[in-house]
Amino acid sequence: MKLLARVFSTDHKVIGLQFFWSGLLMALFGALSAMLIRWQLAWPWSEMPVVGGLVFPKSGGVPSPEFYSALFTFHGTVMIFFVVIPLLTGWLGNYLIPLLIGARDMAFPVLNMISYWIMPFAMASLAIGFCVEGGSAQAGWTSYPPLATLTSATPGSLHGQTWWLLAIVLAGISSTLGAVNYVTTVVKLRAKGMGWLRMPLTVWALFLAACIQLAGIPVLTSGGILQLSDRVLGSGFYSASGSPLLWQHLFWFYGHPAVYVVILPAMGVVSDVLSVHARKGVFGYKPMVFSLLGITLLGFMVWAHHMFVSGMNPALGMAFGVATTLIALPSGVKVFNWLATLWGARLQLTSAMLFALGFVALFITGGLSGLWLACTPVDVYMHDTYFVVAHFHFIVFGGSVFGLFAAFYHWFPKMFGRMLDERLGRAHFVLTFVLAVGVFLMMHQLGLAGMPRRIADPTVYPSLRHLVPLNVSITWCALLLGASQVLFLANLFWSLWRGPRAPRNPWKAASLEWEADSPPPHGNFGAQPEVERGPYEYDPRTDGRDFQPQAVTLFPPA
Amino acid sequence: MGNQLNLFPENASTFASQVDYIYLYLLLVCAVFALGVVVAIVYFSIKYRRNPTHTAIQQVEGNMMLEITWSVVPLLIMLTMFGWGAWLYMRMVTPPKGALDYYVVGKQWMWKLQHPTGQREINELHVPINQPVRLTLTSEDVIHDFFVPDFRMKRDVVPGRYTECWFEATKIGSYRIECAQYCGTKHSQMIGLVHVMSQADYDKWLSGNLGAETADAAGKKLFEGNRCDTCHKDAPDARGAPLWGVYGTQVALRDGSTVLADDDYLRESILHSTAKVVAGFEPIMPLYDGQLTEEQVLQLVAYIKTLKAKPKETQ
Repeated sequence: MKLLARVFSTDHKVIGLQFFWSGLLMALFGALSAMLIRWQLAWPWSEMPVVGGLVFPKSGGVPSPEFYSALFTFHGTVMIFFVVIPLLTGWLGNYLIPLLIGARDMAFPVLNMISYWIMPFAMASLAIGFCVEGGSAQAGWTSYPPLATLTSATPGSLHGQTWWLLAIVLAGISSTLGAVNYVTTVVKLRAKGMGWLRMPLTVWALFLAACIQLAGIPVLTSGGILQLSDRVLGSGFYSASGSPLLWQHLFWFYGHPAVYVVILPAMGVVSDVLSVHARKGVFGYKPMVFSLLGITLLGFMVWAHHMFVSGMNPALGMAFGVATTLIALPSGVKVFNWLATLWGARLQLTSAMLFALGFVALFITGGLSGLWLACTPVDVYMHDTYFVVAHFHFIVFGGSVFGLFAAFYHWFPKMFGRMLDERLGRAHFVLTFVLAVGVFLMMHQLGLAGMPRRIADPTVYPSLRHLVPLNVSITWCALLLGASQVLFLANLFWSLWRGPRAPRNPWKAASLEWEADSPPPHGNFGAQPEVERGPYEYDPRTDGRDFQPQAVTLFPPA
Repeated sequence: MGNQLNLFPENASTFASQVDYIYLYLLLVCAVFALGVVVAIVYFSIKYRRNPTHTAIQQVEGNMMLEITWSVVPLLIMLTMFGWGAWLYMRMVTPPKGALDYYVVGKQWMWKLQHPTGQREINELHVPINQPVRLTLTSEDVIHDFFVPDFRMKRDVVPGRYTECWFEATKIGSYRIECAQYCGTKHSQMIGLVHVMSQADYDKWLSGNLGAETADAAGKKLFEGNRCDTCHKDAPDARGAPLWGVYGTQVALRDGSTVLADDDYLRESILHSTAKVVAGFEPIMPLYDGQLTEEQVLQLVAYIKTLKAKPKETQ
């Protein structure tokens, strides 16, 4: 019974860590599929190492085109719906929201527990897809009908697509339940004195990301149910006689804001990490909050920029083009405020800080390439080429994943009560940053040369054959990038058991979570904290501290 | 900018260079901003690293003038990007009057194209230079995308509806057609060529494609043009039932019954391939109902009748 109570725990910290471990597991599969995709693009139809012999014993380890389609479908699906969204909202949202606002738990602990335990079913659905006739879904993570609905269109649309849809619908339900909790908790359970404008930016960002989920996921989930109905009940919502474009609208209505679900929390984390490790308050707290709000609202008005060449009315293209251009404005404000935060500060280049700095550099690059895609005539050329792949990997890898790493190095001592090895952490940063740039920067050039995404074999086109060396070097960087994550895993597991015990407040940070034990006990705080000031007060005190804790501190200065 | 350097594709339409100018403008602005930010990060990281004068750190809450400056200046720059783009985009989606009308049908995994004068082509399109060309596109199965990089032109090809796009080629030559919308297993092999010709050469090409031909010769062309031979080939790994010598024989079906391979059976199998599937094969052949004219079906049947049991070595 004790074990059961621990597994099906309603403690937000346990649930958060469950999201962490399952997200990590799925990330391993996602990364493996990415490396296999790169293998095929560099050396088409050659023997795939490791998995080749297992999956294709008959062809001597050479993949089939169907397997390649299944690979990139799986990679996109896993990374978006099972890695970055659950990690940034499920892990960070669950673990951090109550601690950072001074609450003892979530508003609805049982609902919270259910939201996690739906995920294993979603993962199982995804896995079952590989075992059915025709193989796993092969219509891309965007699953456009009729490719996804005509069972004859591609082998994966025979049965695999049905399981894919089930996985997406289940993951959507899990996220919705989580989002209900995050929003309610932030609105109702803030500690005494924790006004809206005293919340750390991480909380603001997690709160707004949950709002996006609440408004967007039901649309995608209903869209998914309609597609299930087309496949299982024989309806024709998305058939040629229905409307294939309807799916694209429903999918992107959440599919695009989902990008903001995974970038806003990373922005919040980076704001906090930069401030703590630069020993300086966030520059322009209010503009930072308003720019988060601006991104949230504008984020719902840009979805059809994925559809400029779809045959949609060109006038609509103009409207979505201008909204997409405008969203660069709040993003730019954030970047300038981060720089201003660093100006005249006292930087401590810890692993967390390095990843936060890396985030700013990669995010601005990915954000700026977004302006090209917002500019319709240029997008007509770039759409569905590798330029787009380069752009969104800068945002999702350079942005979301770097934000996740920054959060990992910053809050690991709080979450596990141990310190990480800083030297390993810095080495991990250097390799990850350099290799990520090596992988994704050159993809812009592939797109510029006209290489479409999702093609299994770029050497089919005589005009693309000169890109082979570029594809090979990108693949080498990708393989090394994957391998260098061993440093991260080694650090994680070694420190988990052997790392030095973490003090209560190793970074001398001012926000509330550092008032709790490391790791915090059930209920988080001994006495209910009372908040007296904002989260970013870093000026030298007469008592020898250089920061002012948000709450009346329960502990005398060390 | 030529294909020797391969940095950019060819500039072969009236739009190509105009798109490239916007592209270069964006590149310039974005490079300045990105480099500026990255340099600032590196500079701050070095200069303020473990800043010893910590006690002198000035804690600044913010600065309204700064916030306004770095909002308004980028906003104005972004509006120039949008305005320029919008102006060009409206021209790109409005075909001029008097453009030549071509029709494009996409299907897994080929392009079928028809000239205003009725000539049909597969995976190749011959067009005259300096002449606006309007394409009306549709698909027989899933969504495809007609992409000619050298023209900076791209348009989704959607089943159940027509989309359109236009271009005016400015350079004689052959330019690749790519399918840019993922469309299934052989997506990467759905390729073609646009041949831009002088008006005189184009007229000559058109007149050379009017010659009368016999039904089975036309059928042979249909058979190869529709890529029937990719599946219906004389090889052990063929995905389609063998056709050599099949005419007039009894064929065993998947459901255990047999059927006489006569004209009606062949016609039915072309248009409704799943109705009677040959034993040992999967019902994977696309349905040609509504895709072929009766005349074309007849030509195909005529061609299949000529196939003898021992096919000639073709390769």
